[in-house]
Amino acid sequence: MSEDTAKDGPNRRKFLTGAAIAGVAPAIATPAAAQGAAPRQVPSALPPTVTQIAAETGTPGEINRLGGKPGSDFMVDVMKTLDFKYTPSNCASSFRALHESLINYGENKAPEYLSCMHEESGVGMAHGYFKITGKPLMTMVHGTVGLQHATMAIYNAYCDRVPVIIIGGNDMDAATRPPGVPTFHSAQDINAIVRDYTKWDDTPTTLQAFAQTMVRGYKIAMTPPYGPVSISLDAGLQQEPIAAGKNLYIPKFTMPSPPAGEMGAVKDAARMLVNAENPVIVADRAARTPKGVGLLVELAELLQCSVVDQGNRMNFPNMHHLARPLGAVAQADVIMGLELSDFWGVVNTYTDNGVHGIGINGTRAKATAKLISISSVELLTKSNYQDFQRFQSVDISMPADAEATLPALIEAVKSELTADRKNAIAQRGERAKKVREDIRARELAAASLAWDASPISTARMCMELYAQIKDLDWSLVASEGNVSNWPNRLWKMDKHHHWLGRSGGYGVGYGAPASVGAALANRDLGRFSVSIQSDGDLMFAPGVLWTAAKHKIPMLSIMHNNRAWHQEVMHIQRMASFRNRPSNYGGDDGPVGTMIQNPDVEYHKLAESMGWWAKGPIKDPAQLGPAIREAIAVVKSGQPALLNVWTQPR
Amino acid sequence: MRMTKIITAAAISLLALSSAAYAAGDAKKGKVAFEKNGCWQCHGYQGQGGVAGPVLQRTQLPYEALNNFVRETSGAMPPFSKKILSDGDLEDIYAYLQSIPAPADPKTIKLLNP
Repeated sequence: MSEDTAKDGPNRRKFLTGAAIAGVAPAIATPAAAQGAAPRQVPSALPPTVTQIAAETGTPGEINRLGGKPGSDFMVDVMKTLDFKYTPSNCASSFRALHESLINYGENKAPEYLSCMHEESGVGMAHGYFKITGKPLMTMVHGTVGLQHATMAIYNAYCDRVPVIIIGGNDMDAATRPPGVPTFHSAQDINAIVRDYTKWDDTPTTLQAFAQTMVRGYKIAMTPPYGPVSISLDAGLQQEPIAAGKNLYIPKFTMPSPPAGEMGAVKDAARMLVNAENPVIVADRAARTPKGVGLLVELAELLQCSVVDQGNRMNFPNMHHLARPLGAVAQADVIMGLELSDFWGVVNTYTDNGVHGIGINGTRAKATAKLISISSVELLTKSNYQDFQRFQSVDISMPADAEATLPALIEAVKSELTADRKNAIAQRGERAKKVREDIRARELAAASLAWDASPISTARMCMELYAQIKDLDWSLVASEGNVSNWPNRLWKMDKHHHWLGRSGGYGVGYGAPASVGAALANRDLGRFSVSIQSDGDLMFAPGVLWTAAKHKIPMLSIMHNNRAWHQEVMHIQRMASFRNRPSNYGGDDGPVGTMIQNPDVEYHKLAESMGWWAKGPIKDPAQLGPAIREAIAVVKSGQPALLNVWTQPR
Repeated sequence: MRMTKIITAAAISLLALSSAAYAAGDAKKGKVAFEKNGCWQCHGYQGQGGVAGPVLQRTQLPYEALNNFVRETSGAMPPFSKKILSDGDLEDIYAYLQSIPAPADPKTIKLLNP
């Protein structure tokens, strides 16, 4: 399917039409504009660019075989207005025209093409990149098989409320598309396979519709709750020249303001929080931006109330005297959830004990506790995938963005504070400081256990690492390997980029590409990136290591190599014990099918083969510190480095 | 006060009993049994615990209490019957857990005091 295809041959008029379109300037407001600054005003008509002037006044060169400006050049014009810095993608014929336009007509800048070995890596990199910059990337995929590869990463982004713009090439016209492989790789509706876990999708059939689709898609992706969008791009539309006389335009993009809570509900929530004896705030993806951390600290300190950071973003400084583990909700009389992915799981428990073949539910919070929810996710209405979790009744429900609602809530709390309440709240704060000291002492005592063990304890590994990065502007870009949450328990995390949260959908294979994407963003900001990389996660798509080396993305990756898909080790063992039979280890250290050993994977050699500096396997804890020192020097020189560390299971 | 003394005496007796059982165990064999039966999976190779399971090394539980728990637990930990884990192996495991040296005071570990 195509735009009105040019019937006549190449001519100067059509060439000029295309050149004029190329002069359209970026019309995007920055994410900062959505956080309070006024959106940048862009004039509707801009002065001609150098390219445009040259086209208008110069002598046209040899006319191309196509007979005019390709549709995909106009697509690049549209993309440039949205200011994508990179496009991590795996090449494919169904978007070959767009690919060619991006690197030649678009000069491989904004976006710069980053070569990926797997579509899942491209989406995962965009996922990690967004968490650092707050800006989405665009990734291109082959319409069928490529999109099929990308699906798990898209689901992770969807569950993690991260915008990614996915462009899927698809040759739609059965009468004209090449037979054979390209037809195997075509479909009526490629977006169907991701529709359940994208915020929106579209299949524009004209270039003008494409321009609207891109700007609309970007806007939808960037309106909280954020999420991926998928755009199917017809190969014919990309390849064919723009029809003569077409007056194409690019709609201006304005960053949408996030939806904030209704003031009546905000005041009710403030009253409830101020008058509570033991209010607790539970935050999950509350701090969309660094500003959100400051707002949450301000609210918590006004109330001197406990804050449980569930860790899908860095919401609250972990060493703050009000930071608490989830158990704090047990004594709460008011619990306010901010962008919780699972409110039911906050106030209830589930024990996987095999009773009745399943497990049992319990309660964590008091039955009398009042519940307040502020969550933009309630504005999403999808049915199939169960990321919305169990239904939890609450007393005040605000389907709104938490960060955007916090300023009004803070003001409402201030209005409600009487002298009596201020006094009681101050006393609560003093008690909290003592409790915080006790928590810290317990964490350190727990970390000291098995300190000299081999394989190396995860606490030791994390602290060997922290000792050498703590004075840098560091960013823990992924920690998918479960290391008993030691970084969150022991490292001082008070900046938004110190902790990026998890994958969202818990689809294994997120850690490696997301860390490379985040490290790319940190590279541009001059930050030091470090990841704790689990073995099972890396092996889903290790080719992203090559992408990091190829594009000179420095980062330090410490392998949490416990030689297993360890969660599954425990699951199978549990099933066997419930059924009163020994588990078959088949010569390994754990149940058949759950161990990554015999042979052991030599991750350091894998990384070296793809251009990384690497060392390992490191089994002696005394050798770890010096190896980290060496690796950090390599990373500071601009190269990625990996240490293969044999670790305890958790 | 008298009642407290009685309870304390009972507790000491119980510990003495458990010590007897613990003495019957072989720490070396216990280390092997700890790994062979998958205890390490949730509790770590030295019973140091973590997010998946509590600390076991130098447990304060008397052997009998540990035995009862392992056989009868209805919590997150699955029960291990005698068919899967013999009393002899469990005694050895108990001995192994008690044999693990106490950790250094965290205040003396430089990396824990950044």
